[in-house]
This record gives sequence, C-alpha cells and structure tokens, in this order.
Amino acid sequence: MAVCIAVVAKENYPLYIRSVPSENELKFHYTVHTSLDVVEEKVSAVGKVLVDQRELYLGLLYPTEDYKVYGYVTNSKVKFVIVVESSNTSLRDNEIRSMFRKLHNSFTDVMCNPFYNPGDLIQSKAFDSVVSSMMVQAC
Amino acid sequence: MADEALFQFLHNELIQYVYKSAEQGEMENGRCITKLENMGFRVGQGLIERFTKDTPRFKDELDVMKFICKDFWTSVFKKQIDNLRTNHQGIYVLQDNKFRLLTQLSAGKQYLEHAPKYLAFTCGLVRGGLSNLGVKSIVTAEVSVMPACKFQVMIQKV
Repeated sequence: MAVCIAVVAKENYPLYIRSVPSENELKFHYTVHTSLDVVEEKVSAVGKVLVDQRELYLGLLYPTEDYKVYGYVTNSKVKFVIVVESSNTSLRDNEIRSMFRKLHNSFTDVMCNPFYNPGDLIQSKAFDSVVSSMMVQAC
Repeated sequence: MADEALFQFLHNELIQYVYKSAEQGEMENGRCITKLENMGFRVGQGLIERFTKDTPRFKDELDVMKFICKDFWTSVFKKQIDNLRTNHQGIYVLQDNKFRLLTQLSAGKQYLEHAPKYLAFTCGLVRGGLSNLGVKSIVTAEVSVMPACKFQVMIQKV
C-alpha cells in the first residue's frame, strides 16, 4: 500500500498531498516534487516517437533505494503521484493501476462538485477516505 | 427519452431566470450573456473531466477539437457537429445544422434576435471544456438561419 499520495494541478502546484505520519514528511514532498520532471518528460514524449503510448497511466517514474514512485496524468493535465515502499514487492502493476483508477474516479467527483472551485485545495471528505483506503494501514 | 427534454427545460428556465432577475434591476442587461457564459464554463470544466476519464491522451489540438465535435457533442446534444473547419492557425468553425437548443424556437426570423441568449451557455461549455484540457480559447456563436448555427473557436496562443 502507498506511503504517500499526491495530486498536482495543471500548473504544477499541489492540490492535495498526504503521507503516512512520520518524521520525514518533508522528504515525501521532495520526492513528489522531483517526480514532476519525470512526468513532464514522459508526457512530452507522447506523440513524437511512441504513438501507441497514450495511456493515462505512466507507470513507474523512478525507483529510489527505499521507495518506488508511480505517476498518472489525466487529460486535463492533473498529475497523480503514488509513492510505495520498495520493500513492498507484493504490489503488482495492475494493482497500482487500479489505485490510480480509483483516485481518478474520486477526483472527477470532486471536480463535478458545484461547491468546489477548480484549482483550489481538495478538502473533500469522500476523497480523503478513498485516499485513506489506499494508504499503509499500519501506523 | 425524457432526459433529453430535462436539459432543454432546465436550460430554458436558466435563461428566463437570468433575464428576469436582470429586469428586476439586480444587474444590467449586458451582463446576462456573460453570466450564462460563465455558468457554462464551470459546467464544461466538470463535464470534460468526466468525459475524458477513459479516453487515451490527446495527440494535438485537432484531436481535442474532434473529441469536442464527436463525443462531447453527442453526450450533451445527442448528435455530432455536422461540419468542422479549420484554417490550421488556431481558428475552428463548428457548424451544427440543427442545434438542439434552438429547435424549439420558430425557424423564421421572428426570434432571431433572441438566439444569442440560447447560445451563450453552450459557448461557455465549449470554452470551459477546452480550458480544462489546456487549450485557452475564445468562443463565439452566430446564427443566420434558425436551427443552424456556427461556433467559432479562436485558440489563444501563449
């Protein structure tokens, strides 16, 4: 399960970021921030060389010693980033994919909420609980 | 079939409401079109988020416009745009020969002057949808013969 989940707006500012409570929360923010460059790279490569790679799910962005970072970009250029622990080998690509799917569905609901202004921080409880269900339960 | 009528009725009432409250002096008349357009903008943003959820990433601007003409138009107006033209320099003209929100109005010249208020919401809808896909644009509409209308989309290059 994920240790950090983030939603980043079209203009690359965070809309939502949540990580497991730990002493180095800042590190996750840093990891997500760094991943945006990789996302940019992958998205701009679309339509040039790899025509068939037009899926919203971007796959593994980069592995670090302790974590693996996965990315997803919606058609509206909103980015989702999920960080999982490298030690967690039971997690398959398909499961990550379905996590992004669930995240995207929930985000769409937030966007269609008339009380939500596009571009604001996400404070929806429904979204919160979807994220909670995907986070590491232990702590 | 009922769901088609619902949107149309709601849309009609929306226009009535905006213009009625303008009459009562809550705001000046010229602002009505803008208000309707802004409502459409927000709705467009939400709709496009939902419609593009399962579609692959768009290749370019033309790809986006085709999506608007086909999928988006079909979902909202139950038909596709009849004709899409472009000068390949950021101007697109979307022609609908039987625009659904105008079909209930007389086909003659009688209500021609009222047509703009029935198009404002849709202009906003398109502009909102495009803006959420990262395409900034200006959308205007024109009517010459009643149920047919043309939307002109001008893409604003940064």
